[in-house]
Amino acid sequence: MNLRRDVFQAIADPTRRAILVLVASQSMTAGAIAANFDTARPTVSKHLQILTECELLKPEQNGREIHYHINAIKMKEVADFIELFRQMWDERFNKLEAIMKNYKPKK
Amino acid sequence: MEMKTKVLAEEGKQEILINREFDLPLELLFKAYEDPELVEQWMGTKVLSLESKQNGSYQFQTSDANGNVMFKARGVIHTFIPNQKIIKTFEMENAPVGIQLEIYAFESLGEGKSKLQMHVLYESVALRDQVVKYGMAPGINMAHNRLEEVVGKLK
Repeated sequence: MNLRRDVFQAIADPTRRAILVLVASQSMTAGAIAANFDTARPTVSKHLQILTECELLKPEQNGREIHYHINAIKMKEVADFIELFRQMWDERFNKLEAIMKNYKPKK
Repeated sequence: MEMKTKVLAEEGKQEILINREFDLPLELLFKAYEDPELVEQWMGTKVLSLESKQNGSYQFQTSDANGNVMFKARGVIHTFIPNQKIIKTFEMENAPVGIQLEIYAFESLGEGKSKLQMHVLYESVALRDQVVKYGMAPGINMAHNRLEEVVGKLK
């Protein structure tokens, strides 16, 4: 299995990146993570599964609940953090560009 | 493929340079930073206040569907020169990444194109690295879905 490629595939998706950013600040349950997205719960579960499989997230049993933690060691192994950061800005600027292309000044 | 957004974060420095060329005339690019309604749309956060002028200030806030505040940030605008330059501070509340100084340089490239250079200075190398590792402000991403809706309606 090409783990390196898998990690990059994992972070290539905007929702998965948003999940990583979310969990980076505090560990959360799947339900709490899903509450932050308009996406259907099973879709969020699928994203969590992918992030867990490539070890960017670590699930930890906490009583009856499973809390997802960021796996800092694995995150450090992602060779190019800058690329993740760049993609986030790129998306943000793409939105700005799309909105302004449709901008009609108020008369 | 040429990347439209370029990021330079040199090892051991407490700054980041972000460059982007836009397929927009300079005036439209600048307007996206000046007009509170537009900032709200593309940043996907509620703009509580934004005084686009020298010695002005701003406050952003993002809440989830249940009304819980997920992200709150504020800053002051040190310099505001239309279509040229904005210098402001940015600080998130309840986020351990300190304050940052943001210097925006806007430039026309002619033929309906423009360029933005963002120079962001952090309090320390460690805090800069943390921002790079964990992406940008938590909360802004969470509002991405809402932003996509806004863009979708415009199309």
